[in-house]
Amino acid sequence: MTEAQKDLKEQVLRMSGVDPGKCMTCGKCSGTCPAYDEMEYHPHQFVSMVKKGNIEPLMRSESLWQCLSCFACMERCPRGVEPAKLIEAVRLLVIREKGNNHLNAQEIPGKLDENIPQQAITSAFRKYGK
Amino acid sequence: MQRIGVFVCWCGSNIAATVDVAAVAEAVKNEPGVVLATDYQYMCSEVGQTKIQDAIKEHGLTGVVVCSCSPRMHEATFRKTAAAAGLNPYMVEIANIREQCSWIHKDKAEGTEKAIILAKAAIAKLNLNAPLTAGESPVVKRALVIGGGIAGIQTALDIADAGYEVDIVEKSPTIGGKMAQLDKTFPTLDCAACILTPKMVDAAQHEKIHLYTYSEVEKISGFVGNFTVDIRKKARNVKEDLCTGCGVCTEKCPSRKAKSEFNMGLNTRGAIYVPFAQAVPNIPVIDHEACIHYKTGKCGLCEKSCPSHAIDFEQQDEIITQQYGAIIAATGFNPISLENFDEFGYADNPDVVTSLEFERLMNAAGPTKGVLLRPSDGKHPKTLVFVQCVGSRDTTDCGKPYCSKICCMYTAKHAMLVREKYPDTEVYVFYIDVRTPGKNFDEFQRRAVEQYGVNYVKGMVGKVAEEDGVLKVQASDLISGTQMHIDADMVILAAAIEPDKSARPLATMLTASMDTNDFFTEAHPKLRPVESPTAGVFLSGVCQGPKDIPETVAQAGAAASKVIGLLAKDKLTCNPCVAGSNELLCNGCSACQNVCPYGAIEYVEKEINDHGVRETRRVAQVNEAVCQGCGACTVTCPSGAMDLKGFTNQQIMAEVDAICR
Repeated sequence: MTEAQKDLKEQVLRMSGVDPGKCMTCGKCSGTCPAYDEMEYHPHQFVSMVKKGNIEPLMRSESLWQCLSCFACMERCPRGVEPAKLIEAVRLLVIREKGNNHLNAQEIPGKLDENIPQQAITSAFRKYGK
Repeated sequence: MQRIGVFVCWCGSNIAATVDVAAVAEAVKNEPGVVLATDYQYMCSEVGQTKIQDAIKEHGLTGVVVCSCSPRMHEATFRKTAAAAGLNPYMVEIANIREQCSWIHKDKAEGTEKAIILAKAAIAKLNLNAPLTAGESPVVKRALVIGGGIAGIQTALDIADAGYEVDIVEKSPTIGGKMAQLDKTFPTLDCAACILTPKMVDAAQHEKIHLYTYSEVEKISGFVGNFTVDIRKKARNVKEDLCTGCGVCTEKCPSRKAKSEFNMGLNTRGAIYVPFAQAVPNIPVIDHEACIHYKTGKCGLCEKSCPSHAIDFEQQDEIITQQYGAIIAATGFNPISLENFDEFGYADNPDVVTSLEFERLMNAAGPTKGVLLRPSDGKHPKTLVFVQCVGSRDTTDCGKPYCSKICCMYTAKHAMLVREKYPDTEVYVFYIDVRTPGKNFDEFQRRAVEQYGVNYVKGMVGKVAEEDGVLKVQASDLISGTQMHIDADMVILAAAIEPDKSARPLATMLTASMDTNDFFTEAHPKLRPVESPTAGVFLSGVCQGPKDIPETVAQAGAAASKVIGLLAKDKLTCNPCVAGSNELLCNGCSACQNVCPYGAIEYVEKEINDHGVRETRRVAQVNEAVCQGCGACTVTCPSGAMDLKGFTNQQIMAEVDAICR
């Protein structure tokens, strides 16, 4: 792992609070993912690539925005790895790197539906807000 | 004044890497009583032990301090060493500088400092030690096996064959356990019934074995060599001495709603029933919940039809009290409940079954007579999906963190049997890892793949959803990097196994320790695998950890040999470190009696001569054979009358002083 890779990994782990070392490579996250066929990198690959510090390709991949943030992978992971949180953290990396926000604050109230989970709203804005 | 030798062990690098052993020996050289302090690489080796023995003779030592591993590991070893050199074995003290020092410290200076303090504490205590002599207690030559599965049966047979009486207590109406429910057994595919039922008959007919089926252990007191156990023999409402096992009552019973436990609820049974045709004993039992007579006071068809008048609706539970020298826990396991795994749809779909249910569906004596039919519509399934590790290796609240060990092999067996019987089927097995360590195990699993064409897929099923009678299975195929969608007719879940629920209360009664998963803990994971840390309690089968039939039978035999070793002795050496009461100080308050977990203390009226004053007082008396030396009474006693030999209040204070100095 290069210093740059280590640094990226460190950031993702800190933001997500996820320990990819807990993964036992069962693939249940990818077995459960409803957006699997849309993605270039699948949930289990996210975990594996973050673990290896191989985060650059993830940041450049459309997969990042294809994840629905349905959290099925988090719900069903037998080891409590929470892949969706990792994906969310990589999205944040991209957003911060660009130095701009996908979200226009004035538009927030019009988009809100009180039945949507808060984290799903946040994710949705990151994906479609721009 | 004692003449003390201090021996500091390196334990290879276990201690020496974090503790400067030479510095420890040097630091305690001038402690009171110390005449010799030295260190050596392996104190427990023959050379190390000889060093201690030579020093005892050469320096006329009256006491030995060994700074080494935990006394649980080698106290007995060094006591034997000292005794062989003519020293009283209770003049040996262990300073634990491994588990409680070197293994938990990283900094060598800190580790060394602590090791020196621990050594000084042991020396301070040893200065006040007095030689102790162990008493003896008799051994009741009878063993109790709790659980009548293959583990319990094998242990009982092996003990009985050595000539000792054995009782088996089994909570269900028949012995046989889980193995009786199985169809074929891996890796040889011999039928479980063919190898188990003869053993069940052997156990029933053995003159040294007595079966208490439909019975539970209710109370255990006493100690190694002399346990007293109350067994509740639940009312079968069938007189065992009259019943001939003809089966007329079970045929006549009009109640047909109760689910058969033996067939995993896949079919029903009568209210009066025998779990299965080969049950031992072949005596029915009445299920009060299902019985019309107990609900309405009417019916009584079984009573009327019984040719030997064996039905007794008034029969009551019976308590049997019996003495035992040893107790063997063989309480076994159950598959976990799958209510937390919504994604597999187990609760909603009758065609999603557990492996144990599948075992019954494939069994010639099962509800479908061995013909594989879907539970929902009785049709022949064409596509079957097996899912492994359902709840095993699961660190969330839903499952169990351990590997259940048997699932890889029985799933390979099921897949193979299905393909052999029904070549028109398509069989998938989803696995995380295939774990097949064992003689001929890997070859067996490879046969399923190579000869029987079972599709093994590395990946996990994420979702099972029913749509128009088809089970839509969504899973990952990690090797080809795709997500698979299979239309399945049946899904079979390899549910994790967990210890039987009766194990926890039994452990409490036995004061035997358990791990966080409710498996019984062994006395030593490598060197004493079939004994509980509680003396006289032994472990057999899955109650100690997941294992298959070959391993269970091996462990059952090992437990039996340990029990035979115990029962072969006429007397046991007691622990001399027991409590004793100073009658002059005792104020008769009963506090000690109330805290004693072993019932070792009683109060007597006794004439006491207190400095010339003669009077009758109520004083505590310790039964040394029952006392286990736990020390609860000594800390409870408000007048300081109670003291523990080998660990006197004075000795403990000397240790504390040495640490605080």
